[in-house]
Amino acid sequence: MSTETLRAWLDERIGLQYLIELARKKDVPLHRHTIWYYFGGMTLFLFVVQVVTGILLLLYYRPSAENAFESVQFIMTDVEFGWLIRSIHSWSANLMIATLMIHMFSAYFLKAYRRPRELTWMSGVLLLGLALAFGFSGYLLPWNKLAFFATKVGTDIAGDLPVIGPFLLRFLRGGDDVTGATLTRFFGFHVAILPALTTFVLALHLLLVQKHGMSVPPSLTSHNLPRMKFFPNFFLRDLIGWILAVGVLAALAALFPWQLGEKADPFAPAPAGIKPEWYFLFMFQTLKLLPGRILFIEGEVIGILAFVIGGIVWLLVPFLDRPEENSRRTRWFTFAGIVLVIYIATMTIVGYLS
Amino acid sequence: MDDRTTLRRKLLHYLMGTSVGATLVAIFYPILKFMIPPPTSEATQNSVVAGKVTDLVPNSGKIFKFGNKPGLLIRTASGEFKAFSAVCTHLDCIVQYRPDMKIIWCACHNGQYNLSGQNIAGPPPRPLTQYTVNLRGDDIIVTKG
Ligand code: FES
Repeated sequence: MSTETLRAWLDERIGLQYLIELARKKDVPLHRHTIWYYFGGMTLFLFVVQVVTGILLLLYYRPSAENAFESVQFIMTDVEFGWLIRSIHSWSANLMIATLMIHMFSAYFLKAYRRPRELTWMSGVLLLGLALAFGFSGYLLPWNKLAFFATKVGTDIAGDLPVIGPFLLRFLRGGDDVTGATLTRFFGFHVAILPALTTFVLALHLLLVQKHGMSVPPSLTSHNLPRMKFFPNFFLRDLIGWILAVGVLAALAALFPWQLGEKADPFAPAPAGIKPEWYFLFMFQTLKLLPGRILFIEGEVIGILAFVIGGIVWLLVPFLDRPEENSRRTRWFTFAGIVLVIYIATMTIVGYLS
Repeated sequence: MDDRTTLRRKLLHYLMGTSVGATLVAIFYPILKFMIPPPTSEATQNSVVAGKVTDLVPNSGKIFKFGNKPGLLIRTASGEFKAFSAVCTHLDCIVQYRPDMKIIWCACHNGQYNLSGQNIAGPPPRPLTQYTVNLRGDDIIVTKG
């Protein structure tokens, strides 16, 4: 069969011509903020790395309190390139959250969430939540001491929420304590429920991005911007970024292989220096700084509630900052964003040093 | 449309709506219930043998199992035995005895309790639950309450 007939055959069945048309139409505006357009694609690429390495790890991992630690040890020492696959999975998770944060804050400061992209923003915030849930559930799976106590602390914090707290605690732990049941449950979240939800929300997010095209920052909308074809020009640039990412990942994995630590023992004292992953550190540090009691409520509860409310406000940003209204308000949102970034950065650093 | 048709249509809408609703409830209620773990039977035992007197030199501590929870058994510098729940009242970490400081210490966030279980420094909001200790021959018996 010649390529022509193959093409015609496919076109008749899946509307190839339509897809080609779509790819041909897509282009990217060029201006001084263009650099920020790379981070969404970068996040997507790292997500694909997560899917591939995650599936590979599944071939050897055993999700039970008796076997989990040993199976990860087996992956690290006996399976060929096992150390590499596991290290890449861990490092890529961290890099992915980092690029996701950059992508999100650039969308925020360039006000890419404005009409008609409200749902794109909201699906993006949901994806952030899913990424954090992936991080939290995946952290426990090697069943080492640090992970065990981090999960105890993390789920206990969730349990402090008023009304739904006790339910949430038992739901997350699969009982009253962190046990093998928790491990099995987190495994289920990590490899089945979260991937299913993420596939759905991610598809929606990408579909919306295709539908609306690239957003142009408000300060530049009046200009006649030059544009670059997405296919193949901009895509090739994306590709360079991805190759760089592979290089960085390989270097990190080789130079700083992810440690396994000691096996968790539910009947041993906590080791010193329990800290959550860096992307939870700013929240954790905030909770630590709050006084034990504010008026008659526990300080911790107030902190947790503040974070929940903050998350909801963040989700609803497109509806709160509307361009029709005076630009004072808009500038206020930019200012609040800067304060937030500084706050997160300081708290993370303080958390690291303390 | 005459009144009878409108009425019939309304009735059909109502029946359809309620049956769809009921079906959804019938599907999701068991799913939701399934996801909540059944209550684990609390350790019914009220006392355990936490160890032997010879296990512990003065000024040391050890973790023992009280049902499915960890407990902390301490022999003070003066030779007295004390037992507490080892679950930190802050965020659930497991505490340990620090012979150098003669206190109970939680490594997670540097919580400190004195030898009566009172929270004296760091984030813990409440004292540790104390248990009663009895000696029966060489056995150390720890009892709740
Ligand atoms: S859990 Fe013990 S001090 Fe925080």
